[in-house]
Amino acid sequence: MIKAEALTKKYGSLTAVDGISFQVQPGEVLGFLGPNGAGKTTTMRMFAGFVPPTSGAAEICGYSIETHPTDAKRLLGYLPEGAPSYGEMTPRAFLSFIARIRGLSTREATERTDDVIERLNLARVLDQSIETLSKGFRRRVGIAQAILHDPPVLIMDEPTDGLDPNQKHEVRELIRSMSPDKIIVISTHILEEVDAVCNRAIIISRGRIVADETPATLINRSRFHHAVTMRFDNAADLAPILAALEALDGIDHLESDEPNTTITAFPAHGASILKDISALAATEDWPLEQLDLESGRLDEVFRTITAESEAA
Amino acid sequence: MNAITAIATRELRGYFATPLAYVFIMIFLAMMGVFTFYLGGFYERGQADLAPFFSFHPWLYLFLVPAISMRLWAEERKSGNIELLMTLPVTMTEAVLGKFLAAWGFTAVALALTFPIWITVNYLGEPDNGVILAAYIGSLLMAGAFLAIGACISAANRNQVVAFIITVVICFVFLLSGFPLVLDFFSGWAPQAVVDSVASLSFLTHFNSLSKGVLDLRDIVYFLLVIAAWLQANTIVLNMKKAD
Repeated sequence: MIKAEALTKKYGSLTAVDGISFQVQPGEVLGFLGPNGAGKTTTMRMFAGFVPPTSGAAEICGYSIETHPTDAKRLLGYLPEGAPSYGEMTPRAFLSFIARIRGLSTREATERTDDVIERLNLARVLDQSIETLSKGFRRRVGIAQAILHDPPVLIMDEPTDGLDPNQKHEVRELIRSMSPDKIIVISTHILEEVDAVCNRAIIISRGRIVADETPATLINRSRFHHAVTMRFDNAADLAPILAALEALDGIDHLESDEPNTTITAFPAHGASILKDISALAATEDWPLEQLDLESGRLDEVFRTITAESEAA
Repeated sequence: MNAITAIATRELRGYFATPLAYVFIMIFLAMMGVFTFYLGGFYERGQADLAPFFSFHPWLYLFLVPAISMRLWAEERKSGNIELLMTLPVTMTEAVLGKFLAAWGFTAVALALTFPIWITVNYLGEPDNGVILAAYIGSLLMAGAFLAIGACISAANRNQVVAFIITVVICFVFLLSGFPLVLDFFSGWAPQAVVDSVASLSFLTHFNSLSKGVLDLRDIVYFLLVIAAWLQANTIVLNMKKAD
């Protein structure tokens, strides 16, 4: 278990992290979300023992990062922001350095190195110096370094930043495959990622936690949750359609987008409107091209929540 | 201990993975030759010793050692690797020692490569090899002291050029602290005891006795203490501002 208790970091008069408390249990994949400068990286750095907290405490499996830093760091795999590594080294030399400094035995080192090389597809670039590698490979070398000692706790600051869609997919698969018995914390800007790999999401804004729920409940907060979006033929006249929809029960309000001939119908609280709308469309013979039931938009929830806290 | 050797080995390999090591060693050896033979009058003196060789070491180190030390921590900070290093299960002392020992080991390699001059003097005459060994030890210790100062300054600065300049100035003061240039600054206002202690800090005085073959424990302890003190300062500086 990892634990933050009233974790606070002040830089002069600026409070970067403001009394954050949370716990993460094995099996949880926690997505850390927030606008730039919200305090994500600072919080992770405090857990990793790089930035000392101004007050409060961070614990990794019972070890305080301040009083038992070496014990805590042994249990932690950490990918710093930007995945730094020694550019003049080859991935092979770099990983063997990490294995040595982490005190792995020769046999463990070989086994684990082979394992991460395979998991992250590094075999092709093992003997090329890291500075000549593409951004995606450099990021993967950073991840390989973090998971080399098979740590029970894994903290990664933007693990998929700079990766192409295929590589992102691979890294997400990797996180998923490791998640059952580990504590994993990732920070990200990419909201779909939270939905894809995390089973818990914390949104922080201006150094405070403003939401801490599962991605699914977070999505349910969206005003688009269960809304129905219709797209019509370009030539369609939206006025009669809007009028017909107005008359329908269970609809809270409508939003139309004339240039794109799109209408979104928002349900009254808890109402289910898809069936009625599709029935109406069939009987009225609307020039319907597309009909979607929205599950909710995470980016919209994210914006609403963080904007609220910034305004406060 | 394992962590110290891991860091030191990695660093040392790093020197040789870039042109830095080769350029440094070549310039070091070339300058040594120039100083010894032209300025020191190695042949003209007609004496079988290496005094002209060793007498220029302090001045050569003054500019070459800060060139090694300036990057020790400043580069680590700039590349962001400091975050990686500081979040690995190593203590600050281990990291500081590992990096310092690598740099010191590297200067030892450069110094060892001056061996042809030792062969030359042995070929030409019958020098006292004990004196030469003592002088080599003294030279290495002095290089270590310069490096420890430079490592600490490098930890305090993100900019390598600034680190270089400040290190040169501090090393210069330490070198000459037994001489009027530095002592006059203190003698006007400070009590005699302070002036005397400043005078006794001079690298040059301690190195000169070593290079004459006097392996005095006090000189050796002096250099080791200087190294230890600056490395301790290095640790404190890093603890204070590792994330800045």
